[in-house]
Amino acid sequence: MNEKLYPVTVEVNGKPRSTQVPARLSLVDWLREELRLTGTHVGCEHGICGACSIMLDGEPVRSCLMFAVQADGHKITTVEGLGGTDGKLSVLQDSFCEAHGLQCGYCTPGMLIASQALLNTTPDPSEAQIRDAIGGNLCRCTGYRQIVDAVKLAATRLAAQKK
Amino acid sequence: MAENKNPYGFRYIGAKRRTKEDPRFVTGCGRFVADIALPGMKHVAIVASPHASARIVSIDTKAALAAPGVHYVLTGEEFCRDTDALAIGVDTPKVTRYALANGVVRYAGEWVAAVVADTRALAEDAAELIEVEYETTQHVVDPEIAVKPDSPQVHPAHGTNVLFHRRFVWGAVDEAFEKAQNKVKLRVRWGRSSTVPIETFGVAAQWDAGRELLDVWASIQMPKFPDQLARAMRLPGNAVRVHYDVDVGGSYGVKRGIKHTVLVSYLAKKLGMPVRFLEDRLENMRGGDMHGPDRLFDMQAAFDNDGTIRALKIRALDDVGAYAGRSPLQLGKPVSAICGPYRIKAVEYEPTSVMTNKTPQEAVRGFGQAPTNFALERTIDHIARHLGMDRIELRKKNLLQKEEFPYLIPSGSTYDSGDYHAVLDKALAAIDYPSIVAMRDAARKAGKLAGIGISTCLEPSGGNSAFEPLFNPKNDTTTWMDSCLVRVDLSGAITGIMGTSSAGQGHETLVSTVVGEVLERDPATVRVIRADSLNALPSNSPVGSRMAIMLGGAAAGAARIIKETLIEIAAHNLGCTIETIEYKDGNVAVRGHPEKKMLWDDLIAIAHRKYHKMPPGLEPGLQAKFVWEVPTGGTLPTADGVAQIYPCYSFETHIVYAEIDRETAKPELKRYVCGHDCGVMINPDIVHGMTYGGIAHGIGAALYEKFSYTEDGQLESGTFMDYLMPSAMEVPMVDIVDHCTPSPLTTFGQKGSGEAGYLGAPAAIANAINDALAPLNASIETLPMSQNDLWRVISAAGTGSR
Repeated sequence: MNEKLYPVTVEVNGKPRSTQVPARLSLVDWLREELRLTGTHVGCEHGICGACSIMLDGEPVRSCLMFAVQADGHKITTVEGLGGTDGKLSVLQDSFCEAHGLQCGYCTPGMLIASQALLNTTPDPSEAQIRDAIGGNLCRCTGYRQIVDAVKLAATRLAAQKK
Repeated sequence: MAENKNPYGFRYIGAKRRTKEDPRFVTGCGRFVADIALPGMKHVAIVASPHASARIVSIDTKAALAAPGVHYVLTGEEFCRDTDALAIGVDTPKVTRYALANGVVRYAGEWVAAVVADTRALAEDAAELIEVEYETTQHVVDPEIAVKPDSPQVHPAHGTNVLFHRRFVWGAVDEAFEKAQNKVKLRVRWGRSSTVPIETFGVAAQWDAGRELLDVWASIQMPKFPDQLARAMRLPGNAVRVHYDVDVGGSYGVKRGIKHTVLVSYLAKKLGMPVRFLEDRLENMRGGDMHGPDRLFDMQAAFDNDGTIRALKIRALDDVGAYAGRSPLQLGKPVSAICGPYRIKAVEYEPTSVMTNKTPQEAVRGFGQAPTNFALERTIDHIARHLGMDRIELRKKNLLQKEEFPYLIPSGSTYDSGDYHAVLDKALAAIDYPSIVAMRDAARKAGKLAGIGISTCLEPSGGNSAFEPLFNPKNDTTTWMDSCLVRVDLSGAITGIMGTSSAGQGHETLVSTVVGEVLERDPATVRVIRADSLNALPSNSPVGSRMAIMLGGAAAGAARIIKETLIEIAAHNLGCTIETIEYKDGNVAVRGHPEKKMLWDDLIAIAHRKYHKMPPGLEPGLQAKFVWEVPTGGTLPTADGVAQIYPCYSFETHIVYAEIDRETAKPELKRYVCGHDCGVMINPDIVHGMTYGGIAHGIGAALYEKFSYTEDGQLESGTFMDYLMPSAMEVPMVDIVDHCTPSPLTTFGQKGSGEAGYLGAPAAIANAINDALAPLNASIETLPMSQNDLWRVISAAGTGSR
């Protein structure tokens, strides 16, 4: 229990968080176990399934393949940070509900992060672009169809909001 | 959100409605087992056997016990002494199984020791310090060798590797084969894959010594789980409380970590500390005991020149791995649809369940039906090829006509309803069948390998496990009830209480929709909770595509009692008979006298607070339970193996157009339509979602997913880098065409759909791939048809032959 601890300061969902962590603590374990942000899920712990995806400075990354110390000085958004500060669902979250783009909910945080990252850079994605964006996230429930529908719906709604 | 017009004439059932569950998951507010943090909770790491078969000579735990943060190291000697063996589905008492090996290991990955420490990392550190000395013994990985008397034995005390073998003959099979104008024979193999949920199995347990009560939170989908846990722990049933209010991150059958749960419960009780164990992915795939059927079929069919199929002979050899569990029964469920959707009057079925030194098998989506459907559909295509007959024409000739229902099949089950021709025609129209034929022919002309596959398959539903007594005469279970409690509180709000966990099937949506329908109240206002096992009414959990039928039926039954009670209260207070009361939206009025009315709130207030206004004999408060027996349930099989098993039969047809790259052998599914009839859909989005997911799962089983073993009995595919689940790039845009033939046996005409898609997709894809290979005079009859396998077949056939 005498592991050396390292100081880290990370902005998580808009709030600065400072702590001391052992070098080997993965980012996902820190988020889940210490910050109790349990919306981010652990599926494979080897970087394939994508359930642990978070945004690091706006880019989707696997929080199981990063150590907490590596996040020092960065900005993180988890699924808990996708909605509005008023507790309302984001357009994407609401579109997942409308299109039933999930079933058990386990891969969902990763799917939301991957598709939000897509929509941030590609407001009007094609089906192929959506599939490519979520291609690194495994889902066993949905067969992806209603996820693709949800992202398309979100893109349409976001475009309508801008008009 | 505007509600779509309802196709069935119901108010809420069948309408487009958002689910009750989705909002909590899109906001990260689910509550999965890994999210449960009990104060002072300790963590478990496992030491697993590296050998397929070995004697354990010694286990040295000294260094591990001295490691930082370690509380305990448990080995099989203590554990097997102080707990009882796990339940077995068939009558093989010597095939004992515990969470930890005791003296002998029977597969690579079998658990040998468990370490408990302050954190998972410290437990894993300590686990690496445990030294186990093994003496390897002879092993067997080939099921065809394992069935032989001189094979190495996985459980020598049992005397054979065979767990179950029987030859069923239903109808005049031999006579049909003698008289038939044509026969075909083929051998097909369904590879070892599984459902592989994205969440691994996890369990947390806590022993309350003051109350003598074990609390368990688990990622569970398993009938009779609390009972089996209590027995193994040598506790009375009421000393175990399983909390069903845990979100399960996918299951599709396999989330049955009974061995994990007994282990963690034992440790929690022994140490007096809350203990949690979460499988990592390798643990899940290797020692999690969740592999699916691994099945070899020898198929024979007898048929006339016009395509009329007279009889089938089916031999199935299933490799269940190193222990029994319920896995031999996965050969039993297919008895309930042994002839598929076809009019085949004589069937011989010879299932054999055999053990090898591999990871044990668990229930997988369809409980053995998907492999059987695959074998049946390959047989149909072979018959068509033998006769030079169109595959659709052949199917249409043998598919049951809608006028023939209810239809009794030779093995004893009655198909409730269906219109198979209508569904097939709808699907053919939706994919524009002539256009895909033209597409295939043009592709072939251009030198490509292209093929079309069709399957027409059944999904037995209603979860009546009457194959248990069929496969084990000592088991005379004849009920698989489910239940619901509906309560209206003093504020007038409605709560439905169910007694099992959910893994994405939308049970809260199901119960709220059904209760809302009956009571004519908005389902959005109905709360649904999942009780714990000490509070719950009996449930047999969501297995066998049963919840729409069974929980839906139970919720409706309970809601109807509430409604009748409200009407009685109204009649008593309005001074009229119950027959003259009109009920609308929860309010009541006397027919023809709209001024003589009572509102929902008035009725609720009487039930809860005004006993002086209650009709004599009625209980105050407002709640009702309903326990429903499976329709057609309640009987035992006959001595000659005829059994009424499932009540309802959903139908699905898949039409697939596939191309295979000649150079790389990469298959691509370019068009995909599924025609589906599961009767009345309670929530179409949920049914469609499960069907899309089942198809994706079927694509995995057909083309990608395999738990592959070396000759040494080592699992070669224990990560997502070598066990390949299809991503959004492999699963094509699938279109579903709905049809509705209501079931006459259920409350609203609903049938099951939890296994939809998976039951017909592998068969259709295998047929499409083989159609693509046909111009090469090549074929492949083993799933998964991996790119490597396809490349070998194409290379061997040469590139020039047509």
